[in-house]
Amino acid sequence: MATNPFHTLPPPQDFAAGASPTQQTSRRVRLNRVRRHLWNHVVTGLAVLSTVIVIAPLVAILGYLIYKGASSLNLAFFTHIPAPVGEPGGGMANAIVGSGLVLGIASLMGIPVGIAAGVYLAEFGRGSWLASAVRFTADVLNGVPSIVMGIAIYSLIVMRQKHFSALAGGVALAIMMVPTITRTTEEMLATVPHAIREAAYGLGVPRWRTVLSVTLKTASPGIITGCMLAFARVAGETAPLLFTAFGNEFWSLRLNEPIAALPLQIYVYAISPYDEWHRLAWAGSLVLIVLIMVSVTLVRIYANRGVLKGAS
Amino acid sequence: MSSPIISIAQKPRQTDPSGGSQGSPAQLDAPEAPKSPVRQFLMSRSSGKAADTTFSAIMLMCALSIFAIVLFILYILIARSKLSISQFGFKFFTRSAWDPVSGDFGAFPFIYGTLATSLLALLMAVPLALGVAVFLTELCPQKLRAPISFVTELLAAIPSVVYGLWAVFVLVPLMRDQLGPFLQKYLGWTQLFNGYNFGVGLLTASIILAIMILPIISSIARDIMLAVPISQREGVLALGATRWEMIRMGVLRNARIGIVGAIILGLGRALGETMAVTMVIGNHPEIPKSLFSPGYTLASVIANEFSEATGDVYLSSLIEIGLALFLVTIVVNAIARALVWAVTRGAPARAH
Repeated sequence: MATNPFHTLPPPQDFAAGASPTQQTSRRVRLNRVRRHLWNHVVTGLAVLSTVIVIAPLVAILGYLIYKGASSLNLAFFTHIPAPVGEPGGGMANAIVGSGLVLGIASLMGIPVGIAAGVYLAEFGRGSWLASAVRFTADVLNGVPSIVMGIAIYSLIVMRQKHFSALAGGVALAIMMVPTITRTTEEMLATVPHAIREAAYGLGVPRWRTVLSVTLKTASPGIITGCMLAFARVAGETAPLLFTAFGNEFWSLRLNEPIAALPLQIYVYAISPYDEWHRLAWAGSLVLIVLIMVSVTLVRIYANRGVLKGAS
Repeated sequence: MSSPIISIAQKPRQTDPSGGSQGSPAQLDAPEAPKSPVRQFLMSRSSGKAADTTFSAIMLMCALSIFAIVLFILYILIARSKLSISQFGFKFFTRSAWDPVSGDFGAFPFIYGTLATSLLALLMAVPLALGVAVFLTELCPQKLRAPISFVTELLAAIPSVVYGLWAVFVLVPLMRDQLGPFLQKYLGWTQLFNGYNFGVGLLTASIILAIMILPIISSIARDIMLAVPISQREGVLALGATRWEMIRMGVLRNARIGIVGAIILGLGRALGETMAVTMVIGNHPEIPKSLFSPGYTLASVIANEFSEATGDVYLSSLIEIGLALFLVTIVVNAIARALVWAVTRGAPARAH
């Protein structure tokens, strides 16, 4: 801006001249200023204090978790299945594998659908009322409690099949992944510059081909980030698995049978009365959290390195 | 936005019909090479209408599947809870009987427990979350900003069951041995802390809920405050305001609708939170009389009793509770999203 907007205001001396400069008012003004600045410092202090209070539980939880988890973690945890009650030792090998299997099923179903829905929102339906409605529904679906997904899938699959299954657990988690992936995909596609699309169109590339090989490819780091975040979120979910995957004390790789999962096992062990099981619950939590944090941190580093920025 | 692209995209197709008709139908309809049809389709440089239409139809179907999921959940929950709906009607939500033996069910204690824990959690979390958001957007040195928001995001990434585990082994003993007696001694006159203190109960559940919803509220509130144009802040500061006055008048007042949205979003999360609450609330289907007494929430009764529910009425009552939870969280989330959108939509355009 070339002109200073403050030139239109009357010069500050006018204010001072207008007010009668008696001693009383000047003291009141000074008191007022002291009060305002005091209040300013108080609120600043409160904001800093609340940040400290918020950070404290995280440090407490993580610290305690690492302390308890690391002391109870051993090789058997990764190689053995749970020991019967009263026997020491045992591990969660079956739960780790089971979690992997259920999450694999969920990703296989959730990621393509989520990305495709995101592509629709960003590329085909931009600005239409249908896209707004889908976007809104996705946001709302994102907030639906996971336990409700659990009983819905129970009613849909488990009740029909008459038994719990890994497949049902995978479907429940897949449904939870879809809205998150859809929204991040849409946001990432929206950052792809129009010039890139127009260049493709200008070369006579059809629209579907442009979307697949140009737009999606350009936005792929961001979309991968979104998928990993959705994955990390459902990796720790227990509630939807309670009545779908159900848990299993033994090795099982069959999709049509109940299967163990890490969060489920942690829950069962945490509310059990046995010290040995509590130990395993801590170890399991540490493993789970390390898995989640590593994926989230990797994603952050990957996303921050700016593959997307470089492309656009 | 998309209209110029479409027109650019369609122009070459219309002006160059020979190239399009030459390549696409021949390759699509009559596969001569031994390649699989899928591979051939992907390899083809078809600009025919068929490929584009098919592709956009598939994308549309996936987008519509989100509607389908919501409608389907709704349908199946209603269908499976018909028995209890027809038996108890709307009184289901006001009766406080919960007797699986005689088949008499009412959801009032759970509704009460859910509302009490969620509101208590909001009471604790909202001031802290707003403090963090204000600190991060207005006060924090640039260097600290990224690490602190990263840490609060980590807090959101911890699974619910791990919070529950921590609460069972750390928060419950703390509440039983230190915090509980302290509260009883100094705040006992409020009558809120009567009764025997087991360590598990409404207050413990509310504290763990507050810790869990804090990062959600603070990160959304932060985004909303960042969407307030810098010129608003500069304007207030130029009039001689202190920093707090700038935050109050320039930032909080402009962002208030979005902040309410963030709080309601946190409420939605608190209403549906299951595992951590189930592990520390005590699971007792009675209306709690004090903050120390054990209670029950809608989500935790489902988590606890669903897999051992015997009898159709029992099961369908639990599913009806799920239905109620679904509808309530949908409404709460819809309101919150609408409010957040009202603030952040179009805001980035004004911000610079």
